Order: sequence, then structure tokens, then C-alpha cells
Amino acid sequence: MSTFGRPGGTDMTRRLAAWIFVAPALAVIGLFFVVPVAMGFALSFTDFDLYALADLANLRFAGLANYVQVLTLPLFWKSLGNTLYFVLVGVPLSISLSLGCAVLLQSPLARFKPFVRTALFAPVVTTLVAVAVIWRYLFHVRYGLLNEWLGAFGIAPIDWLGDPHWAMPSIILFSAWKGFGANMIIFIAALQAIPADLYEAARIDGASRWQQFRHVTVPMLGPTLFLVSVLTMAGYFQLFAEPYVMTQGGPLESTVSVLYLMYEEGFRWWNLGRASAVAFLLFVLMIVATRGLLHFARRTEEAPR
Amino acid sequence: MGHEEAHFVDLGGPRPLGGPADVPGGRGAVMKARSALVNVALWLAVVFALFPLLWMLSVSFMQPGAASSYPPPVLPADATFANYRQLFAQAGMGRYALNSLAIAVGMTLASVLFNVMAGYAFAKLRFAGREAIFTALLAALVIPGQVAMLPLFLMLKQMGLVNTWAGVILPGMAGVFGIFLVRQYARSIPDDLLEAARIDGAGELRIFFLVVLPLLRPILVTLAMFAFLGSWNDFMWPLIVLTDSALHTLPVALASLSREHVQDSELMMAGAVVTILPVLLLFLGLQRHYLQGLTSGAVK
Repeated sequence: MSTFGRPGGTDMTRRLAAWIFVAPALAVIGLFFVVPVAMGFALSFTDFDLYALADLANLRFAGLANYVQVLTLPLFWKSLGNTLYFVLVGVPLSISLSLGCAVLLQSPLARFKPFVRTALFAPVVTTLVAVAVIWRYLFHVRYGLLNEWLGAFGIAPIDWLGDPHWAMPSIILFSAWKGFGANMIIFIAALQAIPADLYEAARIDGASRWQQFRHVTVPMLGPTLFLVSVLTMAGYFQLFAEPYVMTQGGPLESTVSVLYLMYEEGFRWWNLGRASAVAFLLFVLMIVATRGLLHFARRTEEAPR
Repeated sequence: MGHEEAHFVDLGGPRPLGGPADVPGGRGAVMKARSALVNVALWLAVVFALFPLLWMLSVSFMQPGAASSYPPPVLPADATFANYRQLFAQAGMGRYALNSLAIAVGMTLASVLFNVMAGYAFAKLRFAGREAIFTALLAALVIPGQVAMLPLFLMLKQMGLVNTWAGVILPGMAGVFGIFLVRQYARSIPDDLLEAARIDGAGELRIFFLVVLPLLRPILVTLAMFAFLGSWNDFMWPLIVLTDSALHTLPVALASLSREHVQDSELMMAGAVVTILPVLLLFLGLQRHYLQGLTSGAVK
């Protein structure tokens, strides 16, 4: 830092160099992200459709019509409900699985740690579409292994992806499998950063294992837990490929997510104006949910333990 | 793999202590039971994580139709490469794999270069508005990418880039997360080192390529892996941009194949193997870099 601010030509060239270094990245982000986001917002107030796609002269300002149409569309509320179901059940499930495995892996009693860690993380790097194909087969009502195993316990076959009640839970189970390793690695790093003497002190005070987890591990993990929740939730709100590959939104639209609806409206029916309105409603929903989580995190922090 | 233990996600803190170790009184039986409990739980998790992948591999070698019998077979009775042969000879899997590879390599090279340049500048070079721009970039992280997708498609259509690899690659050539990661890392480069190079008369570009880049090597590998895996695994954007099936990437091709061949489980499993295996091997080879990037992005 001390070397900056000297007058003269070198400072000028250094500034110019800095701009040359940031220019390509800023150009890409500006042109392919910031501009489209602004355009998308504008688009959501127009009646952009297949006719406008053919000839821009057909484009008209539509005011709030798209938002009104979307908000009065039963399928939108259905997709919203499905997405919230996915988020509210899937995020806690996925995070508990991650945290549970991280804590177990950090135990000095655990053996073959590097192998276990790698194995648990492996699903994270796999291609979602490909593993969705595998799971679709695992879930198969007749030839799937899941029903075969359940049959051994005398449980009648369940049409996992074909029954409106089971399709979303199946996708939730699949998503937990696919993603829990990522947060597990983050939790492991955070667990390693907790000072050992905190546990020592708790032990001297006679705290049980569960009490130590509850009163040392969880509070010390607080910031990480919050960050992981926010990131995981953001990811879960963007549900798309799973229903696209596994259920095509069915059965009975029980797995149509908000993003799936946006895709169908925009790239299947070419109602780009209305699809943009769906996208921005999802954005608003995500902001509200993140705010809510922040609020909740603050409250728990202030609450006496 | 034992040597991995030492530097594996070890951020140098005190020794791991998820649940504390010692047992008062040191009663061997309790200890043993506890150890068994921990390890059985972990092995169950391992089976949960790996079984679908192993099963995919097994089914991919079954005779066509063999997997659709009852009860479902676990291992191939009569192993065959027929499914792989059909994928490459008839379904054009080789072409899709090359498409995926070309796009992923292009995206990786461009995004690593751009993100490293920007991250280094944000960390080490001073210019007007540096902090303000960086804060704005971080704020943009809350906007989901899908909000930009529809207009981006229209823009690319206007530019004649729909249905081209460029259309897939261009929007991914720089990213806030990558810039952030590099900036965090580059801040540890001593200013004196850069200053010394300047006094020796080196230009900024020369310093970047000869001094900075070698120092940033570990984060370059991490960044490259993130970019490559991200591009290889991406589904929604290539699905939207690439309308011509000859240009499809593996995930897009696999999705449309799975819609056509609902019954051909063995074929689909072979397709999944071809799609997953390259990234899985890449990860196994370079996992240290990948996992460190993951934790340094999330834990300060």
C-alpha cells in the first residue's frame, strides 16, 4: 500500500494497467450479466412474445399485465408451493446430513478418513443430468432397486416418480444425495477451527456429548451455518434440471418449480415478457427468504442460551 | 491414498474435534461401542453416496434389456460393451463428448485468465473506484443467473451467436466468485516484491506474467477445476443456446436421449458413465485443490 500515490508517469501507467487488467472481466460481467438483468426487468413490463421475436414492431408496453397474469395463474401458485416444499424440506435435510457426516468424520474414532471424505464428496462433482438418470432408474416402480429393498421389509411398491405425493420427496432425497458432500467439506473446515480447550472446559463442567454439541459446536459454527444455509437455500430455489430430467414437471404438475415454469413460458411458448415476470418474482422471493434467514440468525444470536 | 491425509482440507488449525475424544475412566468396552457406532454410521453414508454410482457402472455392462427384469439384477450376468458400442456408433456420443470438451476447455482458459487478471488488480493495483466496483460485484452475487437468461438469449440471437459454442462460452468467461477467490489469495503477495520488479524496469504486464502468475499457481488450478467442472456439468444454458443437436453437450444429449430411450436403462447408464467418468477422474486427481478452493471461498 505504501508504494502508491507517488506522482509521475509510473503511477499513470500503473493505473492504466489496472484498468486493462479488470476491463475484460468487467466487460463480460457487464455485457452478459448486468445489461441482461436490466433488460429482463424492462422485458417483464412488455408483451414480448413469438410475434415480437419475429418483428420487434409488434412489441408493446404492457405495464403490470404480466405480473397480474402470473399472479392469477394457478400453475404459478402451484409451482411456488412445490418450490417452497422443496426448499423447506430439502435444505434442512441436506444441511443436517452434511453436519452429521462432518461431525462423525471429525471424531478421532473415525477410520479411513480420507477415503470416506472423498467417497461422500464424489456425488457433488458428478453431472446432475447423468445422476438424475441413474436415480430415475433406482426409483423405477417395477425394476428399481429401492422398491426391491422395501419389498424385503414387506412394503408394497411405491411409484416414486409417478405418484404426485411421492415425486417431490423423491427429488428431495436425490438432491440431498447429490449435494450434501459440499457443505460437509465446509463444515469440516469450520469444525477444525473450533479451539479444543472449549470442549475441555465444557467437559470439566460435566457437559455430556450432546450438550457439548449443542452448547459448543453449534454456537461456534453459527456464522458458517448461516452462510451455508443462505447458499444452499439460493441453490434450492433454482430447482430446474431435476424435474426436467426425472419427471418433466409431473405427475399432475407436482414437480413444476418456479424456474421450470419460467423455462416453459419463455423457451417453449416464447412468452418472454411473462417469463421475465416469473424470473423477477423468484428473485424477490429469494431476497425475502434470505432476509428472513438473516433476521432469524440475529434473533437466535441475541437470545440467551 | 494415505499420504493425502496430511494436507487434506487441513487449514492448519488445532486438531479436529467434532466430538471430543477421551472417555472418562477409559472403559474399553464403551470406547469400542462408540467407535463401532461412528464407523458404522460413516460406512452407511459411504454406501448411500457410492451405491448409485457403482450400480450405474454395473448396469452399463448388462445385456440390452437385462436390467428390465424382475427381480432387478445387481451384477451383469453376461458382461458386454454393447451399450458403449451403440452409444458411440449410433447415438453420436463421441461427438457430444468432444463438444463438451471443447466448450469446457474454452470456458476454462478464458475464465481463468480474465478472473485472475481482475482478481490481481482488485487486490494489488490501485485505481479510481476500485472498492466501489468490487462491492458492486459482490452485491451482484445475490441475483440468480436465471434472471438474465431470457434477455441474454435475445441478445445472443441479435449477435448471431445462438446455436454456437461462443454463445455458450461468452457469458461464463468471467465470474464474481472467481474474481473474489483470486483477490483473497493475491492479497498475500508482498508489495515489496512487485515494487522491486518495477524498480528493475519491468512493465506491469511483464510483472503479471513473470512474477504474479507463478505465485498464484495453486489458486489457478483451483479456479481451472471449478470452471471446467462447472462448464462440463452445466445443463440449462447449453440446453437453451444450442438448438442444433449436432452441437449438443453431453448433459443436453443425455437428457434428450433419456426422453427417447425411456426403456433402455443399460444404454442410459452407459451414457451416464461416459458423462460422469471424466469429471470424477479429474476430481480424484486434483481433489486437494478443489476442496481447498471450496473451503477458502466459504470460511474466512
